[in-house]
Amino acid sequence: MAYLQIDNFYKSFGETDVLKGINLSLEQGKVLTIIGPSGSGKTTLLRCINFLDTVNKGTMSLDGELLLDAGSTKDDETVLRNKRLNFGLVFQSFNLFPQYNVLDNVTLAPKLLLEDELKQYKRQLKKQGMGFVAIRQKMAQYKANQLDKINQEAVQLLSNTGLLDKKASYPCELSGGQCQRVAIARALALKPKILCFDEPTSALDPELTGEVLRVIRSLKDEGRTMIIVTHEMDFAKNVSDEVVFMCDGVVEESGKPEQMFGCPKSDKLQAFLRGISNKE
Amino acid sequence: MNFVSITAGLADGFVTTLLLFALTLVFSLPLGLLISFCTMSKFGPLRVLFKVIVWVLRGTPLMLQIFVIFYVPGLVTNGQFVWPTMNTGWVWFDTTVTTRFLAALVAFSINYAAYFSEIFRAGIQSISQGQMEAGQVLGMTKRQIFFRVILLQVVKRIIPPLSNETITLVKDTALANTIGVIDLMYRASESLLDGYIWVVFYAGLFYLVFTGVLTVIFGKIEKKLQYFRT
Ligand SMILES: Nc1ncnc2c1ncn2[C@@H]1O[C@H](COP(=O)(O)OP(=O)(O)OP(=O)(O)O)[C@@H](O)[C@H]1O
Ligand SMILES: [Mg+2]
Repeated sequence: MAYLQIDNFYKSFGETDVLKGINLSLEQGKVLTIIGPSGSGKTTLLRCINFLDTVNKGTMSLDGELLLDAGSTKDDETVLRNKRLNFGLVFQSFNLFPQYNVLDNVTLAPKLLLEDELKQYKRQLKKQGMGFVAIRQKMAQYKANQLDKINQEAVQLLSNTGLLDKKASYPCELSGGQCQRVAIARALALKPKILCFDEPTSALDPELTGEVLRVIRSLKDEGRTMIIVTHEMDFAKNVSDEVVFMCDGVVEESGKPEQMFGCPKSDKLQAFLRGISNKE
Repeated sequence: MNFVSITAGLADGFVTTLLLFALTLVFSLPLGLLISFCTMSKFGPLRVLFKVIVWVLRGTPLMLQIFVIFYVPGLVTNGQFVWPTMNTGWVWFDTTVTTRFLAALVAFSINYAAYFSEIFRAGIQSISQGQMEAGQVLGMTKRQIFFRVILLQVVKRIIPPLSNETITLVKDTALANTIGVIDLMYRASESLLDGYIWVVFYAGLFYLVFTGVLTVIFGKIEKKLQYFRT
């Protein structure tokens, strides 16, 4: 079984069927790009994978573990949160937190997780019968260590994305390209097993797409597993291990990038690629 | 001599006005937040009920509501229930605050809670869904998302309407003297009837200084939150 295995995803909003039986698989360390016309359900698919929407039918497993089974009972919030943490999602519109500076945007979620962890740790120490003062000392030290680690990792991520000098800036002081790179660093800070991108460059001025695509490219070279929805065909050709063409809620065609772009089989993919190259 | 005693009288009334203002805020702000959650509830009947309540409270004169709260309980219970009058009433904080004041406070708190709830609702709903979703994919709880991500953005957005409403409240407190609460306006009208025309302008000065101070405070808060854009 593949690292990520999606079987038979169905999703409808009221009367409209958006996903009509999607099957996907992805191996660890590989990059899958999803292309397709507007309204074909690409965003919806990513949202379902990230547990932002719930599928009506289908299963998903990751690394041998069944994460999602539409037939089973609903997860409670804690379980759902833990499942979400397997994935990261970078949005088209960044969705940075405006009131936090760049560094805090990256460290906020890890710090909140640390708070949860500290509560558990405290309970555990209490159970061991440790005294109040000793617990406080131990916790303070542990917390300081962990915070240090979180900050160091965030700084590393920001320097990888070329934003270290902006770490004290607020999102409103950054360009779109810089915002998107912060969003990527923010997602990486939680060490997701799979990082998803929903048209990461669509909201950017053309001259700013390059810097974001370069960052994503460097992530591939680090061996990260990614799913990328994009309209940048050259980028898709260059970065993908696997390309999926979605149309009307189904996977119309999939394969290696050379084959998909070089000799597309289905009429719809041919028409789609022609449409794109005409625009350019 | 007249100036000094009239000033003392107005100052005494002003304490009541100030108290009514401050206590109304203390009760109506949290109550308003609660009502706003109800009007955004996913549970239909609750949502509709509170939307109707808010509609009634915003759709009828505050003076009418004060009358309803002060007079109606006694009338429908055939005099069993009466808000204690000034003679029988308790004395709070050593001022002339009586339990007529209590009736006014109840009316103001409920009325302003309705207005504040609409401000909160609009503020919360104006924050893009994307902020919530970004928090979710980062593994945050709903609580964490509300308090660590959404709340400050809401506060920033609602400061201007909140400031407006608060300044309106300062002036609305004068309605309390329609049921005999001895506030600033009540004191001024006493002196006016005694023939001191300038006292109404003098009382106006009290209100102006009060709203002026509030304007400065809200301006400061607004400036403090200028470092980010939502
Ligand atoms: N919350 C929703 N309620 C109702 N319909 C929705 C909802 N979200 C998406 N849809 C519909 O689902 C279909 C697929 O939308 P989706 O956003 O997944 O497409 P997409 O492939 O991402 O398109 P694009 O390239 O324009 O981003 C569209 O017809 C859209 O109108
Ligand atoms: Mg989309």
